Amino acid sequence: MITAERKPLSEIKEMIAPYRKVLVVGCGSCVAECAAGGEKEVGLLASALRMDARTEGRDLEIKEMTLDRQCVYEFIDQLTEFIDQYDVVLSLGCGAGVQAVAEVFPRAIIVPALNTTFVGETKEAGLWVENCRGCGDCKLGFFAAVCPITGCAKGLFNGPCGGSQDGKCEVDPDTPCAWQLIITRLEESGRMNLLDKVYPPADWSKQQGRGPRKIVREDQKI
Amino acid sequence: MKEESRLKNVLQGGHFAVTAECGPPKGADPKAIQKKGKMLKAFVDSVNVTDNQTGVVRLSSLAACALLLKDGLDPVLQMVTRDRNRIALQSDILGASALGIRNILCLSGDHQSFGNQPQAKGVFDIDSMQLIQLVRQMRDKGVILGGERLTEPPHLFVGAVENPFADPFSYRVLRLEKKVAAGAEFIQTQCVYNIVRFKEWMEQAGDCGIPEKVYILGGVTPLKSTRMAEYMSKQVAGMDVPDEIIKRMKSVPADKQREEGIRIAVETIQALKGMKGIHGVHIMAIEWEDVVPQLVEEAGLAPRPTV
Repeated sequence: MITAERKPLSEIKEMIAPYRKVLVVGCGSCVAECAAGGEKEVGLLASALRMDARTEGRDLEIKEMTLDRQCVYEFIDQLTEFIDQYDVVLSLGCGAGVQAVAEVFPRAIIVPALNTTFVGETKEAGLWVENCRGCGDCKLGFFAAVCPITGCAKGLFNGPCGGSQDGKCEVDPDTPCAWQLIITRLEESGRMNLLDKVYPPADWSKQQGRGPRKIVREDQKI
Repeated sequence: MKEESRLKNVLQGGHFAVTAECGPPKGADPKAIQKKGKMLKAFVDSVNVTDNQTGVVRLSSLAACALLLKDGLDPVLQMVTRDRNRIALQSDILGASALGIRNILCLSGDHQSFGNQPQAKGVFDIDSMQLIQLVRQMRDKGVILGGERLTEPPHLFVGAVENPFADPFSYRVLRLEKKVAAGAEFIQTQCVYNIVRFKEWMEQAGDCGIPEKVYILGGVTPLKSTRMAEYMSKQVAGMDVPDEIIKRMKSVPADKQREEGIRIAVETIQALKGMKGIHGVHIMAIEWEDVVPQLVEEAGLAPRPTV
């Protein structure tokens, strides 16, 4: 999933300060799973903003909406009948959601309430960990399903570096050394031969592309 | 005829090599590095210049190497993959050779979060293993990544580092073997305090025939104080300072601890000299380069051979 964290209230307040009517739009997908931008978080943020406005004696009108997916046109379309009635859209979608809404409504003012962080997994309640950088050239098959680009602080393809100690990364003692994990798993499954060769430099053009990357699938076109 | 690497000549001549690390200044004044060079010149074969070590901004390794070269030293250009992508690395490799630098040490570099620019973007376009391979490819085949031919290949003696004290221990020799296969011609190790573990690692390396394929220089860092010993033991990842060493430092009064540190370092150099498969020592006297002449003399390694 794509994870995100809500921005501090002060930053959100500053962005919406010039406006009186605010449409707060959440997303029911990834950011709901990571408890940052789902229906519940939309409600909490709207209440906080209302309360704040009341305390400061400001007039603020808020409507709450949560789309199933803020990055897909069919769902964004649900905003069509309301958007003109509001001065600003405060989006609790990820960066993709914010931009998709802005694309559909080019005249509307859209501001983000979240900081989009990474592609990751829910490890336990209240803990999300990054595990994919979307490099466009998945190498997990060589590295015992541990991503060295994401999991190793230096992104080494031929690790571990000299700072691996007691299974931990030197950069953060709470983080496991990805290379220790790779080696342990390969040893246990009798596949250490996968590390025999020097893994060549990555093709980062698959990640960085020439500006935004695209996936084009003729078979999916209508 | 191109000027050869002095380090390579010393090692190929069968001499026990001595290299020392030299940190460039945090400023643009060339005198600091020239002064260090002058002091080290008669006591070491080659001088390693660190590349923004621990992620702290300093005068560039390439420029400092050029200054040392002008003063008649044989610099070892340390090059980390943290700060430059493959375009900049290949360009600097050519530049180094054009300036007359003849040694390169390939490293990934300390993570930027440890230094004074923790908000910097870590590049890590390629890793140290790939850098070794790249320099060898440029030198031996005369081609850059992607296969384009160079008008003139760089002339460099290629080194790498290895830390026998990091984990997983079982993999450290395999990793060394991999660096040698990638093309490393000399290895400088992390500083040795735990001789027992180092010996164990060297024996494993010996079993794989590694010392016949590559020159190994054992790392030595003299301790200044008990505090430094404790700091290195606890705070520096991949550093193994056994309790006996800390106890030994503690057993002498504070004003005698530097001398004790020097004694330990000299004993370590002698132990390394007697170890099978070790071809030299690499002295990393952190911000204490002026102790190097004394260490070399007391270890009986002065004067250095003429090659």
